[in-house]
Amino acid sequence: MQFERETLLTAYRSMATIRAFEEKVHEVFARGEIPGFAHLYAGEEASGVGICLHLNDADYITSTHRGHGHAIAKGCDVPAMMAELYGKRTGLCLGKGGSMHIADLDKGMMGANGIVGGGPPLACGAAFSARMLNTNGVVVSFLGDGSINEGSTMEAMNMAKVFNLPVIFAIEDNEYAQATATSWSVAGSMTKRAAGFDIPTTMVDGFDFFDVHQAAGAAIDKARNGEGPQLLHIRLYRYYGHFEGDATTYRGKGEMDKVKDTKDCMVRFRADLTSKHVIVESDLEKIDTEITALIEQSVQDARQAESPREADLHTDVYVSY
Amino acid sequence: MSRKSFRQAINEALRDEMRRDPKVFIIGEDIVGGTGAPGEQDAWGGVLGVTKGLVPEFGPERVIDTPISEMAYIGAAAGAAATGTRPVAELMFVDFMGTCFDQVLNQAAKFRYMFGGKVKTPMVIRTMYGAGLSAAAQHSQCLYPIFTHVPGIKVVIPSSPYEAKGLLTQAIRDDDPVIFFEHKFMYDDKGEVPDEPYTIPFGEANLTREGDDVTIVALGRMVKLANEAADQLAQDGIHCTVLDPRTTSPLDEAAILASVRRTGRLLVVDEASPRCNVGTDISALVADKAFDALKGPIRRVSPPHTPVPFSPALEIHYIPSVERIRDTAKSLVEGK
Repeated sequence: MQFERETLLTAYRSMATIRAFEEKVHEVFARGEIPGFAHLYAGEEASGVGICLHLNDADYITSTHRGHGHAIAKGCDVPAMMAELYGKRTGLCLGKGGSMHIADLDKGMMGANGIVGGGPPLACGAAFSARMLNTNGVVVSFLGDGSINEGSTMEAMNMAKVFNLPVIFAIEDNEYAQATATSWSVAGSMTKRAAGFDIPTTMVDGFDFFDVHQAAGAAIDKARNGEGPQLLHIRLYRYYGHFEGDATTYRGKGEMDKVKDTKDCMVRFRADLTSKHVIVESDLEKIDTEITALIEQSVQDARQAESPREADLHTDVYVSY
Repeated sequence: MSRKSFRQAINEALRDEMRRDPKVFIIGEDIVGGTGAPGEQDAWGGVLGVTKGLVPEFGPERVIDTPISEMAYIGAAAGAAATGTRPVAELMFVDFMGTCFDQVLNQAAKFRYMFGGKVKTPMVIRTMYGAGLSAAAQHSQCLYPIFTHVPGIKVVIPSSPYEAKGLLTQAIRDDDPVIFFEHKFMYDDKGEVPDEPYTIPFGEANLTREGDDVTIVALGRMVKLANEAADQLAQDGIHCTVLDPRTTSPLDEAAILASVRRTGRLLVVDEASPRCNVGTDISALVADKAFDALKGPIRRVSPPHTPVPFSPALEIHYIPSVERIRDTAKSLVEGK
């Protein structure tokens, strides 16, 4: 596939923004600046970006507890995301959602989700809306490997097939469902489960942006053209724990270093861009500099931003007590 | 205006709103009946025929039968509502909420607040509740207290065909998730219902009768029973106010407190099991805000704290009866 230079630079910017965002969150979380929980997407960037590049604002995604990357890939405002993590009034959700509930429906981002398997039924609903409103939209339901063992995912797959809905189930398999090995906890295989519903599966190398992009493009085109739900089984790896503060002692010795040293999706993408495409190091360095400034500014702004006011507690919901 | 059944009133509200707004659709299990089968279409129109006749007018794109997958289709309703349409999902029995509660509790109920007010979730879940048909422990519960407890959900409990049509119309036009409770014993109840569409606002109690001696707050089917008890008490010279909150979230606190201030006595009749039900909530409200007006203890009539029994011989003792309501009110007024 031929790529426009701008498309590749957009992809790089998006992936590098996610990596920088997550590394910064890791740093400031450790300093106690961010309340609550944070689940970081670093290592998985090629997946979210490779998929979302095919989507427009009329297409929706549902996300997971590890949702920062999906949100950035779908075009959510980065400074507003950082402010949300800091629990500030300037946050994307006015500080009422936090890391696990970042959403921007105008961008088609239906929310990070604190419930494993929470998204697939919602994705089916967005697909019903798209059909009813004639938007020609598709819906990507991002899922972790753990969600494949949730009944809601199985129910949604069945329903998506029964109604031939344009839903792409994007399973990001990072080998661990929290601290439990996926290889142990999934009986049979994801492919066979999807096959049970007659949903086609594509195995995807989540370390390779181009593989994700190609596979996602094909699946999304099929769904958009009325061929019904599709499943992507994307194998990748997360660099941080399940949550920030997780010591990840369940990993094998040297396991993560080996992945980082040999498979990292950013390193690979940079190498591919400069060796196989008309992009030079200085193009990427310029983007890196801009991203560093953006993330720094986002943190500075978030730190200084106004906190939600006490009265905000009572808005956006029916209140009687 | 003509006499219509509770069932007809609900069907009319659905039909009128689907005619008015092409974004309204209904989804559930066997709300058509016969989908994919060789026989008759619209075979059921819902397990008790409430949605009968809608698929011929609106087609299977807007009257959608689903697989038996409550988590999937209740969640789909939430997702559809957040993305620009107005689904009315039918959960055949509220007891089945156990199979899909997450999509209501953690998804639909939370979107608007959790996303900073940027998302509307205009979905309705119509669901059947209540004892009286020997449907036994898994098909007879009330469960509205559970939803009343969850911020972000509105809870509607109509007590007559008139209430059913006006409140359901309001529910469909409302931008928050609404759980609409239909008592399975009431579908053939008849009453005057306007032919044209109308709405009844949420959070406004209905004063079904006024009297100075005691305030009876009753919910759903219990409103009718409370009025029958009040008829009998009137013959003994005891005059009751019977107040129907119509919605438990929002709750018309002002109307309840004003009535208790007038009568000085409160009896709450709630068909939900007694621990942490709407009766305890209203009792707490009155104890908190109108204690000085009370001439006697707050009394509650509810079933025993047991699962709903199957045998008619047991169920008749389970459901609050007119006699129990009458006798409790009488002893309260007489200070016994």
